[in-house]
Amino acid sequence: METLWFALVAGMLAMYVVFDGFDLGTGIVHLYVARSEDERRRVLQTIGPVWDGNEVWLLAAGGTLYFAFPVLYASSFSGFYLPLMMVLWLFMLRGVAIEFRHHFDNAVWKPFWDVIFAVSSALLAIFFGAALGNVVRGVPLDAAARFFLPLWTDFLPGASPGILDWYTVLVGVAAFLALTLHGALWVSLKTDGAVQARARRAARGAWWGVVLATVAVTLVTFRLQPQVPARLSAAPWGVVFPALAVAGLVLAWVFERKGQERGAFLASCAYLLGMLTSVAFGVYPYMLPSNVDPARSLDIHNAAAGAYGLGVGLVWFVPGMLLVTAYFVFIYRRLAGKTTVDEQGY
Amino acid sequence: MDSALTLHRLHFAFTVTYHYLFPQLTMGLALVIFLWKTLALRTGDERYNRAARFWTRLFAINFAMGVVSGIPMEFQFGTNWARFSEAAGGVIGQTLAMEGVFSFFLESTFLGFLLFGERRLGPKGHWFAALCVFVGSWLSGYLIVATNAWMQHPVGYALDAAGRFQLTSFWALVLNRWALWQYVHTMLGAVATGTIVVGAIGAAYVLLGRHVEDGRLFLRTGVPVGFLAVVLLAMPTGDAQGKLIAANQPVTLAAMEGLFDTVDGAPLAIVGQPDMERLALDNPLVVPRMLSFLTYRRWSAEVKGLKDFPRENWPQNVPLLYYSYHIMVGLGTIFIAVLGVASLLLWRRRLFESRWVLWALALLLPFPYISNTAGWMTAEFGRQPWLVYGLMRTSEGFSANVSAGNAMFTLLGFMGMYTVLSILFLLLVYRELEHGPRPGDASPSHAG
Repeated sequence: METLWFALVAGMLAMYVVFDGFDLGTGIVHLYVARSEDERRRVLQTIGPVWDGNEVWLLAAGGTLYFAFPVLYASSFSGFYLPLMMVLWLFMLRGVAIEFRHHFDNAVWKPFWDVIFAVSSALLAIFFGAALGNVVRGVPLDAAARFFLPLWTDFLPGASPGILDWYTVLVGVAAFLALTLHGALWVSLKTDGAVQARARRAARGAWWGVVLATVAVTLVTFRLQPQVPARLSAAPWGVVFPALAVAGLVLAWVFERKGQERGAFLASCAYLLGMLTSVAFGVYPYMLPSNVDPARSLDIHNAAAGAYGLGVGLVWFVPGMLLVTAYFVFIYRRLAGKTTVDEQGY
Repeated sequence: MDSALTLHRLHFAFTVTYHYLFPQLTMGLALVIFLWKTLALRTGDERYNRAARFWTRLFAINFAMGVVSGIPMEFQFGTNWARFSEAAGGVIGQTLAMEGVFSFFLESTFLGFLLFGERRLGPKGHWFAALCVFVGSWLSGYLIVATNAWMQHPVGYALDAAGRFQLTSFWALVLNRWALWQYVHTMLGAVATGTIVVGAIGAAYVLLGRHVEDGRLFLRTGVPVGFLAVVLLAMPTGDAQGKLIAANQPVTLAAMEGLFDTVDGAPLAIVGQPDMERLALDNPLVVPRMLSFLTYRRWSAEVKGLKDFPRENWPQNVPLLYYSYHIMVGLGTIFIAVLGVASLLLWRRRLFESRWVLWALALLLPFPYISNTAGWMTAEFGRQPWLVYGLMRTSEGFSANVSAGNAMFTLLGFMGMYTVLSILFLLLVYRELEHGPRPGDASPSHAG
């Protein structure tokens, strides 16, 4: 039961990254791919109707984490207090930037919000990567499963690490590059002409970065967290997850070269899913390892809610997720195809 | 430790109070917009569609503010109240997770269609989008109230070996009697805000002589629906909640009413200030025996006063609880009076010429926000000193690993952020009100 909920929570977080990932990525690249006001509006319109629903995946994943693994939720949210608050503020600024920029036609107002949109999107991508890095590296949990991390200490992932050390920053950069690629491929899928040409250029540049970062992060992670290679040799079938990531990355390049935008974007989705499931597979059954005393690590058993609650949860969770799938299929089918500048939404 | 506790409380109180300024309007408006869409579909009268379009734009601005200020609420259970979340997540995690899965996706999907899909979806499809937004937001309200109701009146749980609450009955949690009354009362409060705001804007348009036709429509809907809501707020929902509090939180009732001594035939205080030195009510104006009657339906029934409860179980801030409760009830009474007179005049077809009443309606605008806030303050101060009533004290629930200084820093950060958001919000709302409903207006293009 706990393993099932671990997979469900991880799956929801992966859905969040795939969906909100492309609108974060759009934010990262939009200053580069869209130069004129018309182009900016077009790029924003590709995510306008969906970004809010995409963010709901994070909320729903957070709620599900709280419900299924309350001990982990309590420990990690209070321990990562400062970066989480910054993430909240960045979300606010980003939402305001998207929704408020078009209310005044003004040479200062719009560029101001455009820059806020780009910067907050980029920082969120880096923060999410760094958060993942922290979870893999582990944190100094005390006997009550509590910790509190400063933003950084000596930038070394040793016994008293900060939120940011060279390892988590590296993962943050990798996340930034991966979402840049993801966003650029989304824009290229939804637009044409000059904007699309620039998006494709951005995607190719980012692709090389993603390859380098993926190799670097993988090598370092195997050294830093022995749990990951140990897990892979204990359950060799788990190699399907990294294989999915590699296949996605390769296909993204192939499809991009052939000008098959849809294939390239879906390949990028596969890459993100492959990477995230690899991480989940690699740390399982741990959810938040302790980097000082392995006995204090939070795993799926000591962090989970009671058996009755987890069982009842399945009864409403499954139909709920079917409904959500129906909404998403409905929306994305309605929105299929290129966005034009004078379109009035749906 | 004390100051960390205080700051974590203030942190949650400030962010949740600010947050609830928006849902109370959007939940009420969701009902009004759905009513208009239904009327438009049945009568084919384009004026209802125009009203729905105008208020949907205001709805969207408020909804965005609600989302932006609501995300931090979900985080703060973990960031600022970790020990509480660890202990109670096995129970209230259910309702909070259900809110995410069932409400948020529904609302976010169909609000887009409600805003921008009128032409594509056709009248029936657009009506359906309005229905989904209404259902989504009201379901969200239920799941949040059920969460709060469990903290007020814990049911369907058992303590496990580690001292954590674990769910034992899903239906007990979801059908908590406390939740049912609290929900109806809360939703009526939201309808009061929605309708009073609609009526106030309508009254202002009629007084200004601008968009008069639309303003009258707003009044024709806002005034009678609002009157119905505020009457139901007092009877039976407010009354039923009073009885639940008397039965389950008697010390809270005594503090709300400013009753220090146990008496037979307890009086109802209308005016007065709790004096915590003398343990008595200063300059009281009371209705004799009324509290006994309201609580037990007997004029001479005994009501227990604060002095008969151990001091460590008193709500810590008796005066604030007393004032919150009296402001809520006092404003509710004023709403019944003003909306009652306005409804009578509307029925007599004299409302649109009665400038004094229109002025009163227009000036009512901020007050439902105050009474809703005061109502929640009554519920939350009334629960003190408990976080989970009778089981876990508030002082045992905050994140001890987050220091007072950090909590202060982020509290100030939120205050600054919300100040900026408020300015932008008011700017946008002002622009919409200034434009007013546009005849046959097309929806504005999205996010461009």
